[in-house]
Amino acid sequence: MMTDIKLINLVNITKSFGETVVLDELNLYIRENEFLTLLGPSGCGKTTTLRIIGGFESPDKGQVIFEGKDITKLPPNERQLNTVFQKYALFNHMTISENIAFGLKIKKKSKAYINDKIKYALKLVNLEGYENRMPNSLSGGQQQRIAIARAIVNEPKVLLLDEPLGALDLKLRQDMQYELIRLKNELGITFIYVTHDQEEALTMSDTIVVMNQGYIQQVGSPEDIYNEPKNAFVADFIGDSNIIPSIMVEDKLVNILGANFPCVDTGFGRNKPVDVVIRPEDIDLVKPEDGIITGRVTSLLFKGVHYEMEVTANGREWLVHSTDLFPVGSEVGISVDPYDIQIMNKPESEDEEAVEISE
Amino acid sequence: MNIKNTLTHAAEKKPDSGVQFSRVNKVKWLSFPYILWSAGFILIPLVLVLYYGLTDNNNSFTLSNIALITDPINLKALLLALELSIVSTVICLILAYPLAMIMNNSKMQSNSFTVLIIILPMWMNFLLRTIAWQNILEKTGILNTVLKFFHLPTLNIINTPAAIILGMVYNFLPFMVLPIYNVLIKIDKDVIAAARDLGANGTQTFLKIILPLSLPGVISGITMVFVPSLTTFVISTILGGSKIVLIGNVIEQQFRLGNWHTGSGLSLVLMIFILISMALISKYDKESEGGNLW
Repeated sequence: MMTDIKLINLVNITKSFGETVVLDELNLYIRENEFLTLLGPSGCGKTTTLRIIGGFESPDKGQVIFEGKDITKLPPNERQLNTVFQKYALFNHMTISENIAFGLKIKKKSKAYINDKIKYALKLVNLEGYENRMPNSLSGGQQQRIAIARAIVNEPKVLLLDEPLGALDLKLRQDMQYELIRLKNELGITFIYVTHDQEEALTMSDTIVVMNQGYIQQVGSPEDIYNEPKNAFVADFIGDSNIIPSIMVEDKLVNILGANFPCVDTGFGRNKPVDVVIRPEDIDLVKPEDGIITGRVTSLLFKGVHYEMEVTANGREWLVHSTDLFPVGSEVGISVDPYDIQIMNKPESEDEEAVEISE
Repeated sequence: MNIKNTLTHAAEKKPDSGVQFSRVNKVKWLSFPYILWSAGFILIPLVLVLYYGLTDNNNSFTLSNIALITDPINLKALLLALELSIVSTVICLILAYPLAMIMNNSKMQSNSFTVLIIILPMWMNFLLRTIAWQNILEKTGILNTVLKFFHLPTLNIINTPAAIILGMVYNFLPFMVLPIYNVLIKIDKDVIAAARDLGANGTQTFLKIILPLSLPGVISGITMVFVPSLTTFVISTILGGSKIVLIGNVIEQQFRLGNWHTGSGLSLVLMIFILISMALISKYDKESEGGNLW
């Protein structure tokens, strides 16, 4: 399992393409055997970070430290890590076994060793018997598993995965998520995973790094990121949420849209403007007289596991997930448990401001 | 019940298939002009060449036209044409591959500009360009005038095989560059990155990934340079003078003299040579596809 040893350390990494600054003074460490996910919308710098670790891009400033050694200037073929690319990047002119053997042949391993490794890798990705097939005759999911097999036979200390499931359909993507977790546990190596899919990140990671516009917004476990987003961007990007500008009246009391809600946060000062995050599943719809505020249901959607309702209260739409049904037009009370209210400081710089997520 | 079902199904199907039928027919009609074109300008000339090549003046079947290739003069012309066109093709390949790679790697804003530079000379007439080379290479031509001006020894290139090779390479180089460039730009950058990632250095990546993946372009380049080089008579006439005779010149002369039967017979021999070389090349292409380069 994950240890506390820092395997990779990114120090003050800055990278720009032309005029655009993609990464600005980025600092991040990755621990041994960690499943770390770089999560963010397109253009946030997550793929560039991965490519800098892989050696396909060199940073304008800063260092990449691997096991205590500076590898910033080392070409990709001399780094002890391997990459799984988004669009598989298999060698279409070679058979599956030749694809898998590529790295080992370069390293001049013996024939017997290579054959053993091919067998082992194909078994690991559940594609035994595909040795002599050509990549083009395989489905997308199978090709991606071959790409993973081709990478892991080289016994890298770190596997870099650049949106490896991006090109697959939903069902296959979910299956592959479990496969990847299983693989990681069997191999016992570090995974650095890039995705824009928050569900994927929450399912698989030990640590999630949320990025936006070249800055790290928050680093933490999936639970931390979901339950205690540091700012409006993280809250908005990870799952649905109600983000409401409010006033912190005093410790443990926040004024949301004119009504006072008890909460558990302290230390924000008196009468200070803050942002409040309330997850839609944390809002309790009750009888009007029992709620802190009252509102009217304006829309209702059946989502399978729960109903998704929109409630207008105190001049704002509240997104609510509930297993109880309240028909459109009915009057409801809104109540939120104090520990379900997450208070965040107003963004200090533009970079942390919540941006509309179009994906 | 079953019968009734089948009946209604049949009834349903009929108008439907009728619509499809007429649609297919419409599409077929659209292709008619092209069929007419191919018949008139490809098939009929081929049949005529075949007919003239295999008959004599009395319109009776003979192989003597084809056997004329064994005549020492004709054989020498064929072998020289083969030699010069092979040399030209190799030189084109040696020049074109690095050029295509440079074009592919250059971070120019628009690729179309680099392609334009390669194509630009082709917008001028082929004969004009070849005659321009004649003017440059002549004994008192531009090249020797410049050399004389600097008191350097003059060169005697015109009317030698070297001049013909130069003309072939100059005229046909774009046909080698463009197919190779076209294949190179289609190679996924991530595939090259993957090879590097798996431990291959620059040379290994080139030999094991880029070169095999670009072979289809190399092969169509070879075809597009070798075939016109082997059959040309214009370049050899203008740059080779009257002393150097290629098989193309022999065939041209036969037609000029009115010997359609001999000309066609020799043309057939040339066609057979081209077919054999194409077959050899495509066989090699197919073999390498299986990854036999390892």
